Amino acid sequence: MRLHLLALLARGPAHGYELKQDLEQLLGSAYPQPNVGQIYVTLGRLEKTGLIEGEDIEQSSRPNKKVYHLTEAGRDELRAWYEETADEPRVRDEFFMKLALAPQTGLADQIALINKQRRQYLNTMRQLSKLAAAEDRDNRIAHLLIEGAMLHLQADLDWLERCQEELEELE
Amino acid sequence: MSAGASADPAPVLRAEGLVKTHHGEGAPAHAVRGVDLTVRPGEFVAITGPSGAGKSTLLHLLGGLQRPDAGSIWLDGACTDGYGEARWAVERRKRIGIVFQFFNLVSDLSVADNVELPALLAGLPPKRARAEREELLAELGLTGKARSMPGELSGGEQQRVALARALVNHPPLLLADEPAGSLDSKGTREVMRLLSRFHQRGQTILLVTHDARLASAADRVISFFDGRIADDAELDAATPARRRPGASAVLELKD
Repeated sequence: MRLHLLALLARGPAHGYELKQDLEQLLGSAYPQPNVGQIYVTLGRLEKTGLIEGEDIEQSSRPNKKVYHLTEAGRDELRAWYEETADEPRVRDEFFMKLALAPQTGLADQIALINKQRRQYLNTMRQLSKLAAAEDRDNRIAHLLIEGAMLHLQADLDWLERCQEELEELE
Repeated sequence: MSAGASADPAPVLRAEGLVKTHHGEGAPAHAVRGVDLTVRPGEFVAITGPSGAGKSTLLHLLGGLQRPDAGSIWLDGACTDGYGEARWAVERRKRIGIVFQFFNLVSDLSVADNVELPALLAGLPPKRARAEREELLAELGLTGKARSMPGELSGGEQQRVALARALVNHPPLLLADEPAGSLDSKGTREVMRLLSRFHQRGQTILLVTHDARLASAADRVISFFDGRIADDAELDAATPARRRPGASAVLELKD
């Protein structure tokens, strides 16, 4: 989350709760809500490493709030983040190893494993469809996030299909 | 499966022991190799599987577009064994609506005529046919397109016209064969939304698709492999929940 917070602070100073709201607004209701405690802890660490600086603002009726701004080091960190490309998503290795090792354990049937895994993916796909339907139509970023998850899942389902085709031939 | 206290109504569709082999050039293709299937009123069932698995052939058998080599099909409890071409055509007008991947609209009839034609053929008075057509086109966001020719419409619009045509006689069963197969991602979502909407109003739907996104709109997904049913799964009916582990885990962004 550290880089996400740095990126939000690139626009201008903000306090912890504002950052939480910014994230929620950007990613929509489908996104697992960021934990505000985790945001404060992360901000504390970013401050300690000199990537951001906090300033206490007095409030008349409530406790002080701390407003953070990006330092030059923080801006460099963010630039470096944008320089890099992201890693490729990975094959679901846990399921793959289960499948690969199933015959020698004698404890599970490969086709049954595939069917069970497919049911789970389909249920998740269904949840994602419902989330997409419930999400604000105008929040493009949120829709792209959900669609990305759906396309990944679609690829996983296609791959299960390939596994099934190959393994059923052997039977 | 729901175990109701009252007697179950007859299934909208029941098939037993369906077999179909295509004899073309080369080795015979065993497209459907012994399929039993029951679709109850109000169900939304998706059949998924790789291309070439025989799922379209299965749908064609169920809609009477092809005859099985063996096995039987019942529509609303009535056995169709003795049905000829003409009788199946009547069933497809009254009891079964079908939408196809490539829409199959009549290209030299207007949108309005495409939708009204099956209603008129089913014996509806022209006034009623027009009223039904107007209602459906409005529902599908096509009111302004009634006078257009199919060729003037986008793929997504043509599929909506095909859906209106399939539903104009209020058939108890809607069969959909890869209805989003030639549409872009936006068109796919549109089809998905419409099928879900008609389903919520009680329409029984049997959908064939290789698109898992589309399949996930159904409440029951049948995986079809090599001419046979490999799995038949009811999906969760749970209402959208933010923190279902499945969805939130795949949505979580990590850095």
